[in-house]
Amino acid sequence: MNRRSVAAFGFSVLLAGAAHAQALPDTIKIGVLNDMSSLYADNGGPGSVVAAQMAVEDFGGTVLGKKIEIINADHQNKPDLGASIARQWFERDGVQMITDVPTSSVGLAVQEVARDTKKVVINVGSATSDLTGKACAPTGLHWLYNTVALANGTGAAVVKAGGDTWFFITADYAFGHALERDTTAVVEKNGGKVLGSVKVPLNNADFSSFLLQAQSSKAKIIGLANAGGDTQNSIKQAAEFGIVQGGQKLAGLLVFIADVHSLGLQTAQGLQLTESFYWDQDDQTRAWSKKFFDKFHKEPTMIHAGVYSAVTHYLESVKATGSVDGPTVVKDLKAKPVNDFVIRNGHFQDDGMLVHDMYLYEVKKPSESKGEWDLYKLIATIPGAEAYKRPNGNECPMVKG
Amino acid sequence: MRQDLVTRLWTAALLALAIAAPFFLYPVFVMNALCMALFACAFNLLLGYVGLLSFGHAAYLGTAAYVTAHAAKVWGLPPEVAILTGVAVAAALGLVFGWLAIRRLGIYFAMITLAFAQMVYFFALQAPFTGGENGIQGVPRGRLFGVIDLGDSLTMYYFVLAMFLIGFAIIMRTIHSPFGQVLTAIRENEPRAVSLGYRADRYKLLAFVLSAALSGLAGSLKALVFQFAAISDVYWTASGEVVLMTLVGGLGTILGPVLGAFVLVTMQTYLSQTGSWVTIIEGIIFVVCVLTFRRGIVGMLAPYLTGSRQTTEPLPALAVATEGHRGETVPAPAGELS
Amino acid sequence: MSLPPAQAMFGQLLIGLINGSFYAMLSLGLAIIFGLLNIINFTHGAQYMLGAFCAWLLLNAFGIGYWPSLILAPILVGITGIVIERLFLRRIAGLDHLYGLLLTFGLALIIEGLFREQYGSSGQPYVIPPELQGVRNIGFMFLPYYRAWVIIASLGVCLATWFVIEKTRLGAYLRAATENPVLVQAFGINVPRLVTLTYGGGVALAALAGVLAAPIYQVRPQMGSDIIVVVFAVVVIGGMGSILGAIVSGFALGLIEGMTKVFYPEASNTVIFVIMALVLLIKPAGLFGRAA
Repeated sequence: MNRRSVAAFGFSVLLAGAAHAQALPDTIKIGVLNDMSSLYADNGGPGSVVAAQMAVEDFGGTVLGKKIEIINADHQNKPDLGASIARQWFERDGVQMITDVPTSSVGLAVQEVARDTKKVVINVGSATSDLTGKACAPTGLHWLYNTVALANGTGAAVVKAGGDTWFFITADYAFGHALERDTTAVVEKNGGKVLGSVKVPLNNADFSSFLLQAQSSKAKIIGLANAGGDTQNSIKQAAEFGIVQGGQKLAGLLVFIADVHSLGLQTAQGLQLTESFYWDQDDQTRAWSKKFFDKFHKEPTMIHAGVYSAVTHYLESVKATGSVDGPTVVKDLKAKPVNDFVIRNGHFQDDGMLVHDMYLYEVKKPSESKGEWDLYKLIATIPGAEAYKRPNGNECPMVKG
Repeated sequence: MRQDLVTRLWTAALLALAIAAPFFLYPVFVMNALCMALFACAFNLLLGYVGLLSFGHAAYLGTAAYVTAHAAKVWGLPPEVAILTGVAVAAALGLVFGWLAIRRLGIYFAMITLAFAQMVYFFALQAPFTGGENGIQGVPRGRLFGVIDLGDSLTMYYFVLAMFLIGFAIIMRTIHSPFGQVLTAIRENEPRAVSLGYRADRYKLLAFVLSAALSGLAGSLKALVFQFAAISDVYWTASGEVVLMTLVGGLGTILGPVLGAFVLVTMQTYLSQTGSWVTIIEGIIFVVCVLTFRRGIVGMLAPYLTGSRQTTEPLPALAVATEGHRGETVPAPAGELS
Repeated sequence: MSLPPAQAMFGQLLIGLINGSFYAMLSLGLAIIFGLLNIINFTHGAQYMLGAFCAWLLLNAFGIGYWPSLILAPILVGITGIVIERLFLRRIAGLDHLYGLLLTFGLALIIEGLFREQYGSSGQPYVIPPELQGVRNIGFMFLPYYRAWVIIASLGVCLATWFVIEKTRLGAYLRAATENPVLVQAFGINVPRLVTLTYGGGVALAALAGVLAAPIYQVRPQMGSDIIVVVFAVVVIGGMGSILGAIVSGFALGLIEGMTKVFYPEASNTVIFVIMALVLLIKPAGLFGRAA
């Protein structure tokens, strides 16, 4: 077998593959790729799969006469594993769209695969603003929130309330770095100063020495640029080491309702946070959340709601365009505004970010809460344009020029 | 003569299988297995034939992966140059670490290699160019010699297969050469080899560097296959896995590590979504292999497969561990509580 | 890098001492097992994890609190250790001790895998016992009572173990059996039983460390594998088989790690390995191991 015949064979296989992609597959597969077992599992995890399945059911179970199937895999917060699952799904298993994908380093890796294969990824779970910044991709959409919105929400609110010196405890990977960077920009823009920061490995159990460093910096605010289990541990151990007694305050830059529920109101009261969705906000959110609660027995986090929304709108675009071709569907998605129980006043920017209203909440005191999941009170609504405004401009090549 | 014929038939069959593989198996999966097989063979050179158990071989796999990824992505070098760079760096690292480590034997050697690997891990985590937990992503496969587009799975597969066969051939030649026989002599009885005039340290170091270089080749290829260099490539669990592959396949056999690598990669790929069962099964395999199965699969089947009438060779001795350094006896560790 | 205030340094040193407590207890168990059985017990980390999970299960399934768990958990896990010794370790007794390492490594994978399968890999919370909650302002930092307790408890356990081995008759039998088991058996002492009990004892020590760790480090399946490689380094530095070496090195290395966190935090994970490599190159028997 010589090289030429190998190449010829390879070429014909490629052609056959390409030709095959144009016709609609028998099943439209959507993949929910997330952390099913580790520190981010409660914020997305199995709940996202439930939400995606709800979306498919509510859509009718089929689109363009083809059955819709939801498949799911655990990326274990490892970018190489996430990337190879995504590649296998796109290239071998006929998956058309991947969603959720928390853990920003995995989100970035999967978006690269989507770029290569020209398939769609609608990222709901990752936070890094780089997904629609320097790593932006034509078939990559960022649906629910990003580090810029978190910075403009919680960061700005805390600085304006007097917290003008900061020390960061940062998860040492893409997400933490992005969150620290974007929040630093907002703090400085509002006249504050960052006194220092310390990088902590992901999924760390013991924050004692890092909290000690934060204490000795004498910053008024200790910014927690981490999420999930890491944030919970930081907050619990901060209580153990008398951080608040010493006069400093914690700013949880990314906190989900699952975290607050796990910490308990006694520990978490007064914490300010920015989210896209709260189950008890208005009648629309309550109606959907009840359906979710009936299936999952926990109130939905914003990621669960976001996955439902993303899958629904994706299917609508597939129906409208009659195709599963990545660029075609994305073009249709980007062209329409988005308004549902999760995303209010939403529209897409060229870079793929779905800009929409964000909300600043505060965790209730135990005395103010009337139920197990009655945890937040709404402080302010931040309109999309303000929330997603990048203090230092956008590096996305699709936006410049 | 009959043994020769049987061996040739097996070789031909395996080659045919290897060439046909990408048509009925997912190419990326087979390429991954080939890279790991090369890694395991390189590791086995040191363990099975020199008797040195290194717990830090991930250092060479991962370093080469990072270097190649960086060379291909940031410096834009063509794949063959990127690979050569990766291998060169891995070999250099092997030279430095090996020179320091071979002063000790047995468990001390293993611990030193582990310590060095941890240092490499730390460096990989901190150095800006490696991307820490994110790794180096989006590595371009490029065009081999400027002509052959490695972006196509099939082409890439045959390239990886060719590289594997070259690496494997190098190992075979080394083992069957006079150099290889000296290594075996050193493994069996180092003082005697030294008394015969062989500079044991030099031989061991050369074998170490060769092992590191070929591990580096495996790592470089892996970086191009997955277009990714990840921090897990330098973590000590990768070092543990290569021990497992060699143990399962058969220490000191030639095809053993290849088989072990395929078994492990298959298990990891197809069971990866069953949660922690991969870990549990790996553990069970370790336990079973050590208790009852020390020859590994190939070691056990070898007499049947080659038609040899020989009884199986004695199990290669892991380097005598009661000696801490070259013939001096260091009493503790063996059996002293103080 | 500007010198941080003395406060920060003392605080980090104290935290380093806390980490050192765990290193000391765990390497003590390892040293004992290695000294007597000549087994490199890689399962030690998993047994530490078992101790923590045992405490958690005792609390959540049976309502048994922290203080009884301090005694119960080590006993229960120690029994599993005895089972392991009987079933597995005895069979490879004559072989090169690298096989022992591989076998116990496999056992560690199995145990960790089973727990990760059952409980996922995010941590289970374990509440600090109410008697030890609270914090005291000691000037340069707020020291939580529980962490002070950890230091005291571990020092106590280490010293008690050292005393038993060096100064009691049981300890004498143990030390004699490591040097010359045949002769000791000839004197009528049941050496195999001694060996089994010793392994169980070493495992119990690991489990005790696990119970102490549960309120601080969160009860997670991978807590063992996170720490085991570091503990090995400590044992090697102290001298494999040396009790005093294990204790002193454990605390000392905790302190060194703490100091590194002040000046160069990113290197804190690696400084122990650098020291280990240096020790191995210069004095392979370890700082307290006996030279030729």
